[in-house]
Amino acid sequence: MSHTPQLPPVAKLEQKTIVDMISRGKRIDERSPESYRPIQIQVGLIEKANGSAQVHLGKSKILVGVKVQTGEPFPDTPDEGVLTVNVELVPLASPSFEPGPPSEQAIELARVVDRGIRESKAIDVKSLVIQKGKKVQVVYVDVYVLDHDGNLIDASAMASLAALVNAKVSKMELKGDEVVAKPGHHSLPVNNYPIAVTFAKVDKTILVDPSLEEEQVMSARLTVTIDKNGSICAMQKGGLSGFSVEELKKAVGLAVQKAAENRAKVLAVAKG
Amino acid sequence: MPEPKQPEKLIDEKGLRIDGRRLDQLRPIKLEVGILDKADGSAYIEQGKNKILAAVYGPREAHPKHIALPERAVIRCRYHMAPFSVDERKSPAPSRREMELSKVIRESLEPVVLTELYPRTMIDLFVEILQSDGGSRCAGITAASLALADAGIPMREIVAACAVGKIEGKLALDLSDAEDKYGEADLPVALVPNSSMITLLQMDGSLTPSEFERGLGMAVEACKAIHSMQREALKKKYHEIKEVVEEKEESEVIA
Amino acid sequence: MLLAEPKHVVAPGELLAEGDHLLGDNAYRIGTQIFSACVGLFEVDGNRVTVVPLKGGYIPRVGDLVAGRVIDIGLSGWTVDIRSPYLAMLPASETPGPRGPRRRDLSTTFDVGDMMLSEVLAFDRTRDPLLTIKGPGLGKISTGRVVEISAAKIPRLIGRKGSMISMLKNETGCQITVGQNGIAFVWGKSPENERLAVEAIYMVEREAHTRGLTDRIREMIAKSNVVGEIARTQTA
Repeated sequence: MSHTPQLPPVAKLEQKTIVDMISRGKRIDERSPESYRPIQIQVGLIEKANGSAQVHLGKSKILVGVKVQTGEPFPDTPDEGVLTVNVELVPLASPSFEPGPPSEQAIELARVVDRGIRESKAIDVKSLVIQKGKKVQVVYVDVYVLDHDGNLIDASAMASLAALVNAKVSKMELKGDEVVAKPGHHSLPVNNYPIAVTFAKVDKTILVDPSLEEEQVMSARLTVTIDKNGSICAMQKGGLSGFSVEELKKAVGLAVQKAAENRAKVLAVAKG
Repeated sequence: MPEPKQPEKLIDEKGLRIDGRRLDQLRPIKLEVGILDKADGSAYIEQGKNKILAAVYGPREAHPKHIALPERAVIRCRYHMAPFSVDERKSPAPSRREMELSKVIRESLEPVVLTELYPRTMIDLFVEILQSDGGSRCAGITAASLALADAGIPMREIVAACAVGKIEGKLALDLSDAEDKYGEADLPVALVPNSSMITLLQMDGSLTPSEFERGLGMAVEACKAIHSMQREALKKKYHEIKEVVEEKEESEVIA
Repeated sequence: MLLAEPKHVVAPGELLAEGDHLLGDNAYRIGTQIFSACVGLFEVDGNRVTVVPLKGGYIPRVGDLVAGRVIDIGLSGWTVDIRSPYLAMLPASETPGPRGPRRRDLSTTFDVGDMMLSEVLAFDRTRDPLLTIKGPGLGKISTGRVVEISAAKIPRLIGRKGSMISMLKNETGCQITVGQNGIAFVWGKSPENERLAVEAIYMVEREAHTRGLTDRIREMIAKSNVVGEIARTQTA
């Protein structure tokens, strides 16, 4: 059951500073409301994974490993491979993360990232079938949050996309009853490049890429995931308050622009 | 990724191992301190293909309250492997192996931490294996004790750890994945150097008492070598800032 | 006999001295040898050997000026987070106003989330810290910027006889109050002034172990346009 979270006490003085600065058009770290923190992307750090990527978004750090293994399809989709996105909010990333089974925050994060990849059809799941209804390739995207300084959604989505593009897999085939790897490595069939853009509503202003300080005083959160054609492929509203229709329209417009910029950054590194 | 096949020989005619090392040689080690922003202390180690992050939070308020002790700080420790850290994807739920290693790692570090200074509090130690390559518990201890020092937690010493094993009948230092898997024995050891106290000792496989004695000697020497790298890494963080700012100043004076 | 170089960074377990020295903070003795118990700067004061820590959290001491945030309101006082492993209590009796529980709504004095400047009245190994706001300059803080740094760097931020902090105040034109627990408050004429002071405080934290820091910070402030502008507006 989901319940109102036990919120840390609102830091009133810090909130006042953040709101006062925004009313002058600047954020506490000197950014404009429409700009991202610096983004750094590296790929291929984990040799034992098929693909991997690390994204630094400001001081937030995300490591994603992609593993491709042979498994069984879901009974209702016998002609499709399997894609699963899992998020670990590793306790070393924040004093507020506790060891244990995934929290609702981790599960929401995983599902928002998953939806962007799935709904944009970024991975051609049909091409992952080895034997219809029996054997398919399973793509595990494991998101590891290493340092939490806000906006984990965008950083995780970028790192997941970069790791998928970076992944090298063997083509599998059936020899008798056995699944064997064909020689050579291929890229995963990545056909779309979804990019998540997250906004926070602080006081009356909509900020893109909220830092942890801003998330702690935001009233609501919105994520818009944009595919390579500029269409929306996933959205998620979070937080205890909401947005007006006007605010949503403005956010979508900005998301399209920001997604294009960030997509170029991800692909420049991931495609090498 | 497919599992590497069993090598035909672990030691070649020249007495060198599959990765070209001598029997008494460590894998290359890279240490970095203070690389995480939110943690009170952190350290990163690469040893062979091991890639491990350790972080410390605390001393902080004990949670849950009932674990607090009246006379000292409680240390909590978690050794955990990332799902992508091994050949076959590992479920993120903690395994029995991870739970045991969490305990022995904690017990290897408890003796050096001055826990009596912080009664009723808790110190959290998190060791995350991002990529595993044999000897990850030892590399984890090496990183974890650096993270403790980086957090400014008062401690008697920095603990260093290293394993010795037996492959094809010969004692070999710091086993890699394949050597661990196909070797005959594994002996992980942690050392508190000044007082020469062994705080981690496990063994599996088969060793004669005299092999154990020689093996332990090799491990202690290796721990001492790792210990001096740890000290250097811990100070490097401060030296780098010092050099950058003070050199800049000097060059400005000259200019 | 000293065995490590004074003013240099030492690691836990590092041999500092041997023989007849007095044992200072963060050092321990085995036989005649003295070792460091934390990462810090090795200091020698006469015959006493000490390690000044470079990192570490805040442990309360009676008489310390500390900044805190109210996290809960009870019947007779407030629970206050002072960035230490021990939660502090501010009893209603240690605030100005009518005595006795239930005589007033405590949240009108301090609400959850409010910041305060207080003094540690009592603390020992067995009891959580007790605070007071009876005293000049103590009480609720509802304006200014909050800067959090490691409590271990506070002595450096204050400087010898307050030299660093008075320089910061003079050069940035800001009022600055520093809690021993690593929280400082900054009040300036403009947000730009405040930002400059905040940046300078972070610089002290980052470079606390280096030499010539006061001069470098003075230079950093002088180079920024903000103070120049202030000077201009003042002369105009």
